[in-house]
Amino acid sequence: MPPPASGLATERRRYRRARARRSTLVALASTLVFAALVGWGLTSTPGWPRVQQTFFSPSAAWQALPQVLAGLWLNLRVLVVAEIGILVLGLVIAFLRTLRGPVFFPVRALATGYVDLFRGIPLLIALYLIGFGVPALRLQGVPTDVAVLGTVALILIYAAYVAEVFRAGIESVHPSQLAAARSLGLSHRQSLRLVVLPQAVRRVLPPLLNDFVALQKDCGLISVLGAVDAVRAAQIEVARSFNFTPYVVAGLLFVLLAIPTGRVADVLAARITRRQEAG
Amino acid sequence: MREVTSFGLRRLLAPAVLAVVLAAGCAPAAPPPPPAPAAPSCPPGALPTLTPGTLTVGTDQPVYPPWYVDDDPTNGQGFESAVAYAVAESLGYPKDKVAWSRVPFNAAIQPGPKTYDINLTEFSITEERRNAVDFSTPYYDVKQAVVTLGTSPAANAAGLAELRNAKLGAQVGTTSYQAIVDQIKPATPPAVFNSNDDAKLALTNGQVDAIVVDLPTAFYITSAELDGGKIVGQLPLTGGTPEQFGIVLDKGSALTPCVSGVVDRLRTGGTLTALESQWLSSAGAAPELR
Repeated sequence: MPPPASGLATERRRYRRARARRSTLVALASTLVFAALVGWGLTSTPGWPRVQQTFFSPSAAWQALPQVLAGLWLNLRVLVVAEIGILVLGLVIAFLRTLRGPVFFPVRALATGYVDLFRGIPLLIALYLIGFGVPALRLQGVPTDVAVLGTVALILIYAAYVAEVFRAGIESVHPSQLAAARSLGLSHRQSLRLVVLPQAVRRVLPPLLNDFVALQKDCGLISVLGAVDAVRAAQIEVARSFNFTPYVVAGLLFVLLAIPTGRVADVLAARITRRQEAG
Repeated sequence: MREVTSFGLRRLLAPAVLAVVLAAGCAPAAPPPPPAPAAPSCPPGALPTLTPGTLTVGTDQPVYPPWYVDDDPTNGQGFESAVAYAVAESLGYPKDKVAWSRVPFNAAIQPGPKTYDINLTEFSITEERRNAVDFSTPYYDVKQAVVTLGTSPAANAAGLAELRNAKLGAQVGTTSYQAIVDQIKPATPPAVFNSNDDAKLALTNGQVDAIVVDLPTAFYITSAELDGGKIVGQLPLTGGTPEQFGIVLDKGSALTPCVSGVVDRLRTGGTLTALESQWLSSAGAAPELR
């Protein structure tokens, strides 16, 4: 139980609460005025009726929603499978790149070459090469399903980015940590696993979530191979009706998808800050 | 009176508010031109075009035979290039007064100001699309055809029912895709490609069993592009109404009645038929699938 507050402290708290209430009200009012001004300015433009009919038609949105949602389901499945593959492959490559000792030079060189190649090549080109090139080999047992091949291409490209994020995290852990771990009798592998990696992963979580949001949207690019994702489903509807509303529907769905990731990143960042301040 | 004043004030303030609230440089463009007069007056060579004295014709990039040849609309070769020059000529714009503008699909149908006066890119006329753009009277009646390879499981299909279990593909934004969905009703959803080139590649890779394209394109790619390519057959009409290509114009364009009048004259005069047999002659049979 805290000791009872003095009269002065109670007075101070009351004053602060009043100020906070006032700030909230001012923010609310200014937001409403701002929104009203934007809305009024927009609807007063001479082209607004055409824009409203072409981009914000409720009936077109309702008509396109089932197809766009069906496409989004493909996006989500590809996203989950790809993200798992990316994290595993990215971590392996980052680990290979941080190996020390002259013996491992070829491994390091290979890992560096991998990152240079797949971080440099445009995703669309990789999709075309893998999605249309691999089936052309006509090998037995190699999948021809475009969703599978597209996911493979996404994993190859994104793993190169994520490997660099992981490597930055690993290298950001101060060498004294490794030295301390070794002096406690841990082997090199143990000190990496128990001391370096936990700190590294925690530090790079925000940039990893950033890449995750980027991946959410890039998953749709597998549609160039013939799969119908949310954006492609919207495009088909647009082509049928010449009304652009389905694009807006797909865009909003992707925003909704990205918001939880953003909040998770915020919470994680706040937790890391709290822990660092705690000691 | 009060309403008039407030409306005037609103009109007056709107640009200022926009400039303040959004950003500089976002001021509204000039108001759209007044609607076309009921009786078309089409002074030859002096229509209200984008650039006075010049007719700007839009088409996609790239464009394919037999509609255009060598991805060069200015050469007058290919059916749509020839039709465009015939229409321009009849409107009073000889060949040197025709400019071409390359317009991707989405740019051609967006609601803002257009970069072309007329657009010929195999646009099929539908009532729903009329909400967004103007169409001239049709210049070509088109049918859809199923194309495959001799080695494909779909090669010997004799009817729509036998195609139902095939993996089919089409180019995005085409009525070919709609034809698959509406008429063949396949068991697996069709694959959708950015272009017919990608669709052909997927076909030769065995990733799809057959693709659907318009009939003239089918004749062209089976004879000139696909090794062992084969037309399975053409799709029947839906609901008895033929699918027709029309020239696309901006919604409410003053040119629409003039262009429609010219297309009608070219049809009754036999020009369209002549151009069809010159550029779209079919070198083989395509049985109708039922």
